[in-house]
Amino acid sequence: MQKFEYASPTTKEQAVALLGASWGEAEVLAGGTDLLSLMKDFIVAPKRVVNIKNIKELDVIRAPRNGSATIGALVTIEEMIDALGGGFAAVTQAAKGIASPQIRNMGTVGGDLLQRPRCWYYRAGFGLFAKGETGEPLVPNGDNRYHAILGNDGEAKFVNPSSLAPALIALNAKIKVFGPSGEREVAADKFFVTPKSDSDREYDLKPNEIVTWVTIPPALGVRSATYEVRQREALDWPLAAASVALTLDAGKKVKAARIAMGHVAPTPWLAAEAAEYLTGKTINEDVAAEAGRIAVAQAKPLGRNSYKVQLARVAVKRAILQAAG
Amino acid sequence: MAEYKWPEEGKRTHIGKRISRIDGPDKVSGRAKYTYDINRPGMLFAKVVRSPYARAKVVSIDTSVAEKMPGVKAVKIIQEPGKEIQWAGDGIVTVVAETEGQAEDAARAVKVQYEKLTHFVNEQNWDTIPEANRRAPSQNVNGDPDKAFKEADIIFEGAYGNEVITHCCLEPHGLVAEWEGDNNLLVHQSTQSVSANGGQFAQALGIPAGNVRMKMEHIGGGFGSKFPVDSWGIEAARLSKMAGGKPVKLMLERDAELMVAGSRPSLFSKVRVAAKKDGTILGWESQTWGSGGVGNFNFAGLLPYIFRAGVENRKETFSVIGTNTGPQRAWRAPNHPQACLVTMSALDDLAAELKIDPLDLFMKNIDKTGARANVYRDELLKAAEMIEWKKLWRPRGEGAPGSSKTVKRGLGLSIHTWGGQGHASDCDLTIHPDGSVEVKMGTQDLGVGTRTVLAIVAAETLGLPLDAVKVHIGDNRFPVSGGSGGSTTVGGISSSTRRAAVDALTALFEKVAPAMNTAPDKLEAVGGAIRLIEDPSKSMTWKQACAKLGSQPLTTRGKNPDAGKGTLTTGGVGGVQMADVSVDIETGVVKMNNFVAAQDCGLIIDMKTCESQVFGAMIMGVTFALYEERVMDAQTGKMLNPNMEFYRLAGLADIGNFKVHMMTGKGYDERGVIGIGEPPTVSPGAAISNAVANAIGVRVPSIPLTPDRVLAALEKKGGANAKV
Amino acid sequence: MSSSDERSDKPDQGGVSRRNFLKGTSLALTIPLVAGGENEVKAAGAEVPILGPGNVNITLNINGVAKQVSVEPRVTLLDALRNDLDITGAKRVCDRATCGACTMIVDGKPVYSCTTLAVEAQGKKIRTVEGLEQNGKLHPVQKAFWDNDAQQCGFCTPGFVMACTALLEKHPAPTPEQIELGVGGNLCRCGTYVGIKAAIAQASGQIRKRGPAKLTRGGKSNG
Repeated sequence: MQKFEYASPTTKEQAVALLGASWGEAEVLAGGTDLLSLMKDFIVAPKRVVNIKNIKELDVIRAPRNGSATIGALVTIEEMIDALGGGFAAVTQAAKGIASPQIRNMGTVGGDLLQRPRCWYYRAGFGLFAKGETGEPLVPNGDNRYHAILGNDGEAKFVNPSSLAPALIALNAKIKVFGPSGEREVAADKFFVTPKSDSDREYDLKPNEIVTWVTIPPALGVRSATYEVRQREALDWPLAAASVALTLDAGKKVKAARIAMGHVAPTPWLAAEAAEYLTGKTINEDVAAEAGRIAVAQAKPLGRNSYKVQLARVAVKRAILQAAG
Repeated sequence: MAEYKWPEEGKRTHIGKRISRIDGPDKVSGRAKYTYDINRPGMLFAKVVRSPYARAKVVSIDTSVAEKMPGVKAVKIIQEPGKEIQWAGDGIVTVVAETEGQAEDAARAVKVQYEKLTHFVNEQNWDTIPEANRRAPSQNVNGDPDKAFKEADIIFEGAYGNEVITHCCLEPHGLVAEWEGDNNLLVHQSTQSVSANGGQFAQALGIPAGNVRMKMEHIGGGFGSKFPVDSWGIEAARLSKMAGGKPVKLMLERDAELMVAGSRPSLFSKVRVAAKKDGTILGWESQTWGSGGVGNFNFAGLLPYIFRAGVENRKETFSVIGTNTGPQRAWRAPNHPQACLVTMSALDDLAAELKIDPLDLFMKNIDKTGARANVYRDELLKAAEMIEWKKLWRPRGEGAPGSSKTVKRGLGLSIHTWGGQGHASDCDLTIHPDGSVEVKMGTQDLGVGTRTVLAIVAAETLGLPLDAVKVHIGDNRFPVSGGSGGSTTVGGISSSTRRAAVDALTALFEKVAPAMNTAPDKLEAVGGAIRLIEDPSKSMTWKQACAKLGSQPLTTRGKNPDAGKGTLTTGGVGGVQMADVSVDIETGVVKMNNFVAAQDCGLIIDMKTCESQVFGAMIMGVTFALYEERVMDAQTGKMLNPNMEFYRLAGLADIGNFKVHMMTGKGYDERGVIGIGEPPTVSPGAAISNAVANAIGVRVPSIPLTPDRVLAALEKKGGANAKV
Repeated sequence: MSSSDERSDKPDQGGVSRRNFLKGTSLALTIPLVAGGENEVKAAGAEVPILGPGNVNITLNINGVAKQVSVEPRVTLLDALRNDLDITGAKRVCDRATCGACTMIVDGKPVYSCTTLAVEAQGKKIRTVEGLEQNGKLHPVQKAFWDNDAQQCGFCTPGFVMACTALLEKHPAPTPEQIELGVGGNLCRCGTYVGIKAAIAQASGQIRKRGPAKLTRGGKSNG
């Protein structure tokens, strides 16, 4: 990797003051598993690395009695699993999908949300939009078996790799961001964006902002689940994933539902129509399967990834059934 | 007169027992030093500038900036302008600097201009392979295949294939090279061939072969890919010289290891089988093609694998496809896994077509395998018992017990063979007057337990405990022993050690016989003592006996082979594997339930490490069957997964339950020692593919059996199962 | 603890037990004091040392021994140990946080040292495979690996030994799920998993439970 200077601030104010005004100048180091890999492959080559892990105020989980949770961005995945004690099932299950204890102990909640795409053209140095030397897009005619089936009309064909994002979106979480002008809060489903240019990022964050908190609104009585289709039990990227949050009425009918899919689009994908379909229904195999079908109805597979439509559909179906219990 | 044979059953103290490897404590404690771990005083680090293009001409190279960078000690062009590069990742320039970071900085400062040329990297589909990339096919016709197909009750047609996989040694290829003066080279190299590689360095560098010292204590995987000294090995030696003889460490980065350091060729096939209604095979026709990179590889003459001898009417066509990809290297049982997959899949499909249990179909044809038929028959029965075949097997697509609406369970089997006779090996065994014993040999322990085998054989022969023997290997100053490939090591090294130990003991008996008032041939060495065969109460401790040597240690040289000194190793083994899998037909994800093997390998020296070889081969085979493939991008000519994230290896939770049964005792032990590294790697692809076909009711034509391939096969089959 | 604190840990209740919740609260950390810093910048009114990009002198606590080393900030913990301190038990294999061959236990937790910077490991308790033996005696996990032939070439072995040690220190008698989650970050090429499974079974119950090195976690909560 390229040489860089290193700073280890202890407050978020210091951290943002140490960051650059444009992307590429400085990078934020938390767990490091993704950032250092990107740097070793010269996909990013910052002049300064700002290690934010010593900002102790962000290494906290608060979980009040009302069933909500506030998770500091620097809490590790493993700490979060232990602290939630199985609560917020969709989140816990997604976190356990990260089969490596090393990643769970290094990786932070904030880092999971901000990791960069695993698109193999991007990681090979062809840019976020995967363009060849003459600017030709490589994904449409290339090996796109792991690429997007939804939201892939534009130049971005990669999939968002976050494990936690679909679960947090399903649970209506909010993400707090801190920058030079203070703190702002963004709904999790709005936080992830499809970049307009390949020098943009896949999330609503300025180069000198950091993610500080993830807040999950009161989830008492919410039934949630995450289902990942993974080839291996060992550490592996899901081929498709779905997180579901359901609120049932006394008659076991769905009062409210949210469904988000992972690894299918350049952002976590909110399946609003599928969730709407569930409202008022009693969950059974057929209903769940139909919701799965609706969730992928708009899918436009590329040459080699039509199987992912099936996987996403099944993931949604199984997450719904799992959540309903 | 010494007898050069293995001790009989009942008279073995160590041989055949379950013995923990003697270098285990070094390995579990981190003390074991691998080539990658060698740190030499003043050592420099090398980094290689590699071609980003699969095929290109080097137009110009500018190293001027790199040469002036901090810490840089040498920069060397490997491929001069004008040279045509044939695969992405090939080395163009190497730089050497004081730290890894400096070397990397300098490598990135080297400017290479290329003229891009057209490339071809994807050989899977016969119809899209350019004419220019198809080498002249070889054809092999035997008997009258046309007649056999005319007379058949049934002609089954199928298509099968496997992708290129890489060796992915965890310790990459590499070395530390340094000069002592102008003429003497010391090399620590990760190699399967300690005794032979010095000569290759000498020839390339123009120094006498005796001036090259090769050392290697431990090696982090080879699997067939670490025989040559490699172009980068020679370059590292040259760079060391340019840097004043300082040690230069050059270890391949992970991406290079996967791109350029070896691969198993792909093989794709179109097969026709002629058979009778009862499953008797009458004829075979196959068109096969595959690629091992730009070079040649020879697959012809292998089908229909173990049944070749008895299927007289056959026609095979094989075409090598040239691709601009990293070249193939020997890969554990070269060609056999591919030949096995094609053959066992086709016959399993034939059985399904005829609605016959494949176990019955294989049994019916077992005599066509020739000399090893009885071994295969015994092993089929044993493996079937282990996996409860007759209880669990159901006709294709019906689902074995435990299947549900979405998860289908199935069973599959496969049979394989390999040679494995011991290679040439010299062994020096020294008995010291103080009673200590040393074994020296220029062999290498690839993790199979070579050190342990040497200690067991020497200790067994001398009647000593295992820890009485000190084993020295991994140095080309020791007696020459062959490279470790083709399962030839254990037979060779155990035989030469046995002969050395027998001779040493004979010589020792001659020294002590007078003191015991007997003749040397009346003595035996048992339990740390030398004693009279007829009267064990008359004995001398090993230490007392060795003191009779006086001041001179006793050294004997054992050789393998050695005419007139008995046959201690032969070749030719059989094995049967049966897999039990579950397939989620909604996601195409395959999970291993159980995987069993019945395997022979003659006389087993160490049951524990022998079984480990079989377990390991099968686990590696699970990876081959389910996960592994080198993904090449047609547009850029690059390997898209030169990492361990998308070049998937099975993890601990992915393998299911394993059982291994080694065939031993009468009929096996008397064959002498035979190697075990290759044979059990052959069947897993076929056995698991057959199990998946049995589970889901349709063949997934090529491995790895990834969700996309499984779902595509299900979709082709049609029916409600294909969709949610 | 009042009874109202005994909340359900069941999934889907959004609940968090107080006991677990306290584990997740903040650590009392201080900035590691680093010698050799080249300059400092004023950031939000405080002096924050800026290290590098050249060499920095750092002290690493490795297996209980303080080791001085001079490295650039870009040098990983793995490379600092292997190249500069000749501590070579941890191996460099994937070098991208995937295979686990570089596993060390840092402050009680298993980490990939290939993607940990040496400079950020200052002030932490770093344990490597070399530190497991006590008085020349193999650690129970090491002994179990040897007894069950859980190694062939042995290149993945130090990483697996460390991952299994970390697993058993957290879960002395692990469930199958805990084993899967505990060693899912390590890969072996030779195929030694049958032996490793047996080794974990043998070592189960022989390891004293150990929390992370810093167990005292304070911090406020509104729960």
